[in-house]
Amino acid sequence: MIRFVQRVGQHGVQTLTSLGRATVFFARSLLWGGPGSAGFGEFIKQIHALGVRSLSIVIVAGFFVGMVLALQGYSILVSFGSEAALGTMVALTLLRELGPVLTALLFAGRAGSALTAEIGLMKATDQLSAMEMMGVDPLKRVITPRLWAGIVAMPILAALFSVVGIWGGAFVAVDMIGIDDGAYWGNMQAAVVFYDDVIKGLIKSLVFGVVVTWIAVYQGFDAVPTAEGIGKSTTQTVVLSSLAVLGLDFVLTAAMLGGL
Amino acid sequence: MRMRTVELSVGIFMLLGVIAMVLMALRVSGLTHSAQGETYTLKARFENLAGLNERAKVSMSGVTIGRVTRITLDPEWYAAVVEMEISTQKMRTLSRDSSAAILTAGLLGEKYIGLTVGAEDEYLTDGDWIEDTQSGIVLEELIGRFLFNSAGQ
Repeated sequence: MIRFVQRVGQHGVQTLTSLGRATVFFARSLLWGGPGSAGFGEFIKQIHALGVRSLSIVIVAGFFVGMVLALQGYSILVSFGSEAALGTMVALTLLRELGPVLTALLFAGRAGSALTAEIGLMKATDQLSAMEMMGVDPLKRVITPRLWAGIVAMPILAALFSVVGIWGGAFVAVDMIGIDDGAYWGNMQAAVVFYDDVIKGLIKSLVFGVVVTWIAVYQGFDAVPTAEGIGKSTTQTVVLSSLAVLGLDFVLTAAMLGGL
Repeated sequence: MRMRTVELSVGIFMLLGVIAMVLMALRVSGLTHSAQGETYTLKARFENLAGLNERAKVSMSGVTIGRVTRITLDPEWYAAVVEMEISTQKMRTLSRDSSAAILTAGLLGEKYIGLTVGAEDEYLTDGDWIEDTQSGIVLEELIGRFLFNSAGQ
């Protein structure tokens, strides 16, 4: 019994210590260095690795999510005789929720895991300690550009996801089901408010970008430098950032709908 | 050469982001109406808006000719003041005795303002008031009146 309490306590202290280390790590790598702290070329390269490389999966996923939303929405709305509201439904669902959240989940799986594995491997092959030995701060050289690139790339990916999804919905609704083109776009434009829906959705995706990239680089940096340890950290990145995105989404939505 | 391709693809990525933003602003949320030629403002007092929103349509014979821009409460008249922008290009000559009514699209749809043209030769200009107005129908009041009447019989 006492041992159980000890174990729980030890685990709690470890989690708290890890959280504190992660926060210090985040502050040191983000606040003490701008995006160009390792040269601007490195920053561009990381946007390429995190953003451009995730483009295909985000666009394909967005298109299909939009199409499915239109199909499902139609089958529900038609029983109320209000299938003209389909465009509104698809657009609001994508802009407010699915765009930011699904992009963040895809981003965690596609870019976050790669980040963790890359940094973990750098650590395992002693590249990070070699940098330190040469007097180069590995935080500034390796972590900062990746962190900034993730923060920049995520909102763009989410915006593309929403836009592609809305067009995917239009493809199904207008071209396949045969809803009036004017009803789809017109009702959408009447209902979507630029600040309340578009900007708040982008704020969400920005927050998710920060959290997912942060978790990914920290997990890589903190990985046990063995093959097993890197595998474990990569899994942890995907699990933790997915949970963090879903939890934060609830908090952010509550705050935004509450009129904050 | 390799670095060039990376830079190019990142540039395209950023450009896609900007295009997505513009599409969301113009095509999805319809932020276009303010940039659409010359407009003039008319005002009207309504006893009850019954759920009319800013940015609602102003239409004549079912054709949209403007938008509601501002809704305020007149503390002297205890009535709602609706300001609307009418596109000069679409409707230049509204006669002075035109009337405005708050209508509903469908049974439970969105509210909009319907204008009906009058007969006078003088025209409304920027900042004028439409005097003849008709409030929106509040379903609860209608039902209440109906119940009251049928109880009296």
